[in-house]
Amino acid sequence: MSPLRRFLCTPEAIAGAIILAALFAMALTAPLFFPGDPQAIAGPALLPPFQDWSLPLGTDRLGRDVLAALLHGARTSLAVGLAAAAAALAVGAVVGTLAGFAGGLVDEVLMRITDAFQTVPSFLLALAFVSVVGPSLGVVVAAIALGAWTGPARVARAEVLSIRERDFVAGARVIGMHPLEIAFREVLPNALPPVLALSSVIVAAAILTEAALSFLGLGDPNRVTWGGMIAEGRAVLRTAPFLSIIPGVALVLTVLGIYLAGEGVVETAAVRRSLS
Amino acid sequence: MSSPLLAVSGLTKRYRRGGKTIAAVDDVSFDIEPGETLALAGPSGSGKSTVARLLLRLIEPDAGRIEFEGGDFQALNGTALRARRARVQMVFQDPLAAFNPRASVARVLDDPLRIHGIAARSARPRRIAALLERVGLSADLAARAIHEISGGQRQRIAIARAIATNPSLIILDEAVSALDVSVRRQILQLLLDLQREQRIAYLFISHDLGVISAIAHRVVILDAGRVAESGNARAVIGTPQSAIGKALVAAAPRLNRTGTQGAADRQ
Ligand SMILES: Nc1ncnc2c1ncn2[C@@H]1O[C@H](COP(=O)(O)OP(=O)(O)OP(=O)(O)O)[C@@H](O)[C@H]1O
Ligand SMILES: [Mg+2]
Repeated sequence: MSPLRRFLCTPEAIAGAIILAALFAMALTAPLFFPGDPQAIAGPALLPPFQDWSLPLGTDRLGRDVLAALLHGARTSLAVGLAAAAAALAVGAVVGTLAGFAGGLVDEVLMRITDAFQTVPSFLLALAFVSVVGPSLGVVVAAIALGAWTGPARVARAEVLSIRERDFVAGARVIGMHPLEIAFREVLPNALPPVLALSSVIVAAAILTEAALSFLGLGDPNRVTWGGMIAEGRAVLRTAPFLSIIPGVALVLTVLGIYLAGEGVVETAAVRRSLS
Repeated sequence: MSSPLLAVSGLTKRYRRGGKTIAAVDDVSFDIEPGETLALAGPSGSGKSTVARLLLRLIEPDAGRIEFEGGDFQALNGTALRARRARVQMVFQDPLAAFNPRASVARVLDDPLRIHGIAARSARPRRIAALLERVGLSADLAARAIHEISGGQRQRIAIARAIATNPSLIILDEAVSALDVSVRRQILQLLLDLQREQRIAYLFISHDLGVISAIAHRVVILDAGRVAESGNARAVIGTPQSAIGKALVAAAPRLNRTGTQGAADRQ
């Protein structure tokens, strides 16, 4: 059975894959369907959903198209989530590999730094970082990655500690390979699978953190975000609850989809490993 | 007589285990001449692999001196040590564990050529093909992944990698123990051919006295980290003096049916 077929065996994985596909479709087609500025006024204010088919999900307090905002918000959520997770995984893998492979003082110093980052709640860290540096997409990505790299670092270090005792690492030393090349070319690639298994959880957490930052008004002001939409809708929660509910549901579905698909991938990989 | 290729004296390595220290290698001394095969025999846990790892500077000794090619091997560090490693190579027991599981045959052979600047990038594929041919393999194998070839082929790749840097000494730790009998004989023959052509010395670690009598000129028998006895391979295996030597000979039933002519006889 091909890995894809096996992946699509469990209903959870199928559900996750469908949600993710829809999300990517939304993010990719947003500029096609709504080429204009999603923050421009499109019609009367506070139009409820399913009333006017040119504005299927209605409008917000200022008469902006909710569907356009939702699709453009998907872009922001995905971009920030993926970029922050990639940055966190890369930093974590490098730090963990260096610590585990070098051992001794280097290990001690790097792991104390990791401890320090881990003891501060990651959301507070992101909040503080964005407040100081100022909100922009890059800063938000960095702020989220700042609190997310410690997990991958610990997993990478543990994996490297066991891999570095294997014969092929001794073999690399025997042929005179430089320690840095051994660490990053021989050891790191073999330590990656369990680190990458964390990625779905990290992406999901990053998307939630981004939404929370935007909700508090610390997102990139030039971009539509789901968190920002929920915050906007809060003012009219009684009269127009759909303004908060629609982006909220999108957020929940996204996180759920990523989690389910991630579990499916990890399970497929585990099955493949036990088969080989 | 010229000075030996490798001179080991007083080599000691202690490990602390549960509060008390045990000497894995205890005051071990021996020499290896250029182009000679010295076998290191002994029961499991007698310290054979530890000696190999000490000689390769994979671990550091607590005492003792290692002279290699007329220089103090222990004094080398960093870049100088890495450059010197070209001259002493290693073949491991488990050829699957000895290679990066993600590597291809070509990469495994390319690494030593690149690291020691033995061939320019453009010349390396031809060098790799020549190495493969030298160990009796087809050059087409270069494109394969390490896990896509047989155990015997893999051990030939390990030998090809070991001779890639033109070493004067190769340490083989149970290098043929995991192979079945017919493959084992072919690999031993390959080692003998290489030694004849390139005057490579071997430190051949094994607990199989049959194999040792087929390939080694001299033998050192270790027991609990100490040298129990040493001497001409045929003499020691024929009439062992130490208790552990006698026990090893008694435990080797097929001693006289190994097929290959003894190296000690060939001299
Ligand atoms: N890293 C280590 N820490 C503690 N003790 C060790 C370590 N490495 C080896 N030893 C001990 O040193 C002794 C010698 O081990 P070594 O691996 O050299 O034996 P060996 O002769 O190669 O055995 P075998 O034939 O089973 O491979 C053993 O008692 C072993 O338990
Ligand atoms: Mg051993």
